[in-house]
Amino acid sequence: MWLLNSSIGRKLIMSISGIFLILFLLFHMSMNVAAVFSEEAYNTICEFLGANWYAVVGTLVLAAGFIIHIIYGLWLTLQNRKARGNDRYAVNATPKGVEWSSQNMFVLGIVILGFIVLHLSQFWYKMMFAELTGNVSVTLGDTFVSPADGAAFIKYYFSNIVFVILYLIWYVAIWFHLTHGFWSAIQTIGWNNRIWMNRWKCISNIFATIIFLGFAIVTITFYIKSLA
Amino acid sequence: MDKTINITLKVWRQRGPQEKGAFQTYQLEGISVDSSFLEMLDILNEKLINEGQEPVVFDHDCREGICGMCSLYVNGHPHGPDEDVTTCQLHMRKFHDGETITIEPWRSAGFPVIRDLMVDRSAFDKIMQAGGYVSVNTGGVPDANSIPIPKPDADEAMESASCIGCGACVAACKNGSAMLFVSAKVSQFALLPQGRVEAARRAKAMLAKMDELGFGNCTNTGACEAECPKNVSITNIARLNRQFISAKLKD
Amino acid sequence: MTQIDSKIPEGPLAEKWSNYKAHQKLVNPANKRRLDIIVVGTGLAGGSAAASLGELGFNVLNFCIQDSPRRAHSIAAQGGINAAKNYQNDGDSVYRLFYDTIKGGDYRAREANVYRLAEVSNSIIDQCVAQGVPFAREYGGLLANRSFGGAQVSRTFYAKGQTGQQLLLGAYSALSRQVNKGTVKLYTRYEMLDLVVIDGRARGIIARNLVTGKIERFSAHAVVIATGGYGNTFFLSTNAMGSNGSAAYQCYKKGAYFANPAFAQIHPTCIPVHGEFQSKLTLMSESLRNDGRIWTPKNIKDAEAIRAGKLKPTDIKEEDRDYYLERRYPAFGNLVPRDVASRAAKERCDAGYGVGSTGLAVYLDFKDAIERLGRDAVEARYGNLFQMYEKIVDENPYETPMMIYPAIHYTMGGIWVDYELSTSIPGLFAIGEANFSDHGANRLGASALMQGLADGYFVLPYTIQNYLADQIQVPRFSTDLPEFDKAEKDIQDRINKLMNIKGKRSVDSIHKELGLIMWEFVGMARSKEGLETALEKLKEVKKEFWTNVRIPGEANTLNTELEKALRVADFIEIGRLMALDALNRNESCGGHFRVEYQTDEGEALRQDDKYMYVSCWKYEGEDKDPIMLKEDLNYECIKVQQRNYKQ
Repeated sequence: MWLLNSSIGRKLIMSISGIFLILFLLFHMSMNVAAVFSEEAYNTICEFLGANWYAVVGTLVLAAGFIIHIIYGLWLTLQNRKARGNDRYAVNATPKGVEWSSQNMFVLGIVILGFIVLHLSQFWYKMMFAELTGNVSVTLGDTFVSPADGAAFIKYYFSNIVFVILYLIWYVAIWFHLTHGFWSAIQTIGWNNRIWMNRWKCISNIFATIIFLGFAIVTITFYIKSLA
Repeated sequence: MDKTINITLKVWRQRGPQEKGAFQTYQLEGISVDSSFLEMLDILNEKLINEGQEPVVFDHDCREGICGMCSLYVNGHPHGPDEDVTTCQLHMRKFHDGETITIEPWRSAGFPVIRDLMVDRSAFDKIMQAGGYVSVNTGGVPDANSIPIPKPDADEAMESASCIGCGACVAACKNGSAMLFVSAKVSQFALLPQGRVEAARRAKAMLAKMDELGFGNCTNTGACEAECPKNVSITNIARLNRQFISAKLKD
Repeated sequence: MTQIDSKIPEGPLAEKWSNYKAHQKLVNPANKRRLDIIVVGTGLAGGSAAASLGELGFNVLNFCIQDSPRRAHSIAAQGGINAAKNYQNDGDSVYRLFYDTIKGGDYRAREANVYRLAEVSNSIIDQCVAQGVPFAREYGGLLANRSFGGAQVSRTFYAKGQTGQQLLLGAYSALSRQVNKGTVKLYTRYEMLDLVVIDGRARGIIARNLVTGKIERFSAHAVVIATGGYGNTFFLSTNAMGSNGSAAYQCYKKGAYFANPAFAQIHPTCIPVHGEFQSKLTLMSESLRNDGRIWTPKNIKDAEAIRAGKLKPTDIKEEDRDYYLERRYPAFGNLVPRDVASRAAKERCDAGYGVGSTGLAVYLDFKDAIERLGRDAVEARYGNLFQMYEKIVDENPYETPMMIYPAIHYTMGGIWVDYELSTSIPGLFAIGEANFSDHGANRLGASALMQGLADGYFVLPYTIQNYLADQIQVPRFSTDLPEFDKAEKDIQDRINKLMNIKGKRSVDSIHKELGLIMWEFVGMARSKEGLETALEKLKEVKKEFWTNVRIPGEANTLNTELEKALRVADFIEIGRLMALDALNRNESCGGHFRVEYQTDEGEALRQDDKYMYVSCWKYEGEDKDPIMLKEDLNYECIKVQQRNYKQ
């Protein structure tokens, strides 16, 4: 199967799963932004994404996307380290025009994954997972809330400066990961040429920045609100 | 009247592929800034021979930047710090007095070290043998002008074809990938009607050979393009990806 | 005395090749598989020959000293390849290409061979295009041409400034295809050290694996030498560092005639020498003379001021510039053949008008071209050459004129071959620059690529069959035969002798000494006294080499100094052969200029009544002088005349 045993095949899977995750991020970001304007609207979405079969299926697909992306990332990285040989260069210099993020995608990926674990434990575990296990209320600090009351979760976590900073670091890592990941995925699929090269890179940066700003605004807004 | 500089060289010395290598330090004085980098190494070797030591082994041949034989990793860059040149065209005026220059071989699993700074790049030949050609026999071909080729296509094919097969792309790549080399060849032929006939087969065969020989997976960092002495573009890689994926989807 | 038979087929000139092909013997497909052919060299000639012979079904063993066949020095040719396509409708024809080549070669080439070369030139372009060679094209999609020295038509096809590379990659790809099919087996980083002759026929070679140092034996039914020229005898040349004449010299020692060794081409447009440490000279393509104008200052004072660094070339006013080629040769101007342009540059510099810090340079100026065509057009044509110049010299040729000076570039002489490209040893063939055949006393620009590919693709694959057809009964050879034992032992002894000298001097230092002698006495201007001095000095160099060379390391492993030493030992002998030939040839013709034989205007003066022959040198033993045999040149179709590039 060429998707498994050819380098371009493996990268294609990396690209497609990446693009899928990017689309998810776009959706997640839009959903979060809704919370800034209306907490009810946000909660409606949360309810919609509760323990419904379609949401569960969506979550499973999403999880599969993550897992594939991670496993392939790991696999490719291991292969690439092997291809590099045993002796390393004593002097390394980054050539002009090479993005820092492009050389550190794996490290960025690990950072992002770490935060995902934190994020899932804070939100998903107490929301969808709780609903699935039949809990009607979960503890959030000293209080009990409904797992579908997403706004309460946001307000709770984003009132804590430590979490706010951690989340912002996460977004920065995602920003870096996306600035390279987006156009790189397009390049791997082959939708690139001399003219589009710079366009895609530009679109990549803009897109990553939109995602970053969307998430960051929500986080910061709720932190500021909590101070009031 | 020539300006001269004194330099310290840290040169990788390794007896054979299985043996352990290490850096050796040498001092050179009064090197003319007009001499080329390889001429500086000639001077070093002359000195070593006069001292009864074995000279530093490195690949070189045409010394005018086209044969692709020279292959030194100088101060963290394949072919050294100057842009758009091979090592043989690098000149000592790019270095300053008192500088320490570190010279390493290409380091990649696909290019094992033979001796000192000389590496084995026969993997590139093997990739070419897998499909880097148009299957025509000598004779019996149509007149050269029977197929008009749009100038932009011909020019772009020429740019892809300007790859000299030196391996700097592999040396520069943190993944040890040979995608720039493979894609340049695939692109040259894919852009020309003569080569398009068997384009799909070629892309598949050459890529399979590249994978088989243990080169890494491209992650589009673009270091290859930045270090390529002939400025071969990574858009070739996109073209190879496109060719390969569409060929596989058709299968 | 041995008669030289060049085996030129009967019939009118234009029909000789067709007649030959129609009547030659062929080998049937089943027998081809049983015949082994060794091809030494993977350049345009060797690569294309190995590929074509493999396609035919022969079992080919192909050797090169580089790490890949693609690195052979054919790759460095920049300007282009000639063909008589007449795509430009400017009056070109097979006959005109033939005529220009004979005339350019100063009437010292064999008519029949040159006509065949011109005849197959068109097929080469077709073949290369079919292989995917990206030749330059016009907007209409058809092939573009440029003009080159020694021709009044535009017949040169080119691929940017990398024509040699692209053509070689074409041949290399064809070769790769055969390797994949199993008809050709490649031996890279192998150097041929001797030819094995059994019962008077070439039957194999001894080669050294350059990585392991092991001496290995290879047998075959025929051996093809495609190892290029011996220009590196001069140490400084435009050849690659590894280019050498050893394979050819070994064949000569085994009985193959060495023809016209004195005919070496000095290329007028090279970057001047700038220091003792210099390892090679870089050629700037002849195509630059299409748009560049060559000049020196008109006033000797200006030249002195430039040399002293007080004046810049751009300070010299138009009326104070001497465009000496345009002045002396109004009809061809800056596009006179290479030998003429080289000598004219030397004349100016010797007269004190040279520029650069050494006074050994002239200007090649693009000011007018940039004004006429615009910088972009000039960049499109010559951009990579300009960039190369700037990297080496650190001056911007768009703003200040380039400095150029002649340098050894190509050797027209080489192993003697007959019409079938067979040497005087049956079963040994020589193709490309390694043979002597097509360029006479001077090669025209863009003709080396043409000849290499003509020999490899379209001539040898036919003519070798005429020989092999008689060999189908001969079974494969064992490499245990006593002839192989002896050849290997001789090589081993030679290597041991070299390793045991343990003297004080590096190989390079002696090679440089050889080069200086060659350049001074056997270079652009030769004289009887000078050549005699050279022969004396060469004896001393030989003695110095064999008593005082130092080769560190071991012989039975990779040893680059040993490789160089083996080559330099032969270069010394080749240098001697060149001097002997130059001394014998009491005339000036093409690249061979004897100061005693020149017109009042300083042009080369031939002695057609005495020297209209190919001098074929036959080896007689280590310390004996070789014998010279003559192959008379008969011009049936061309009227021999004084070359004239003035009108």
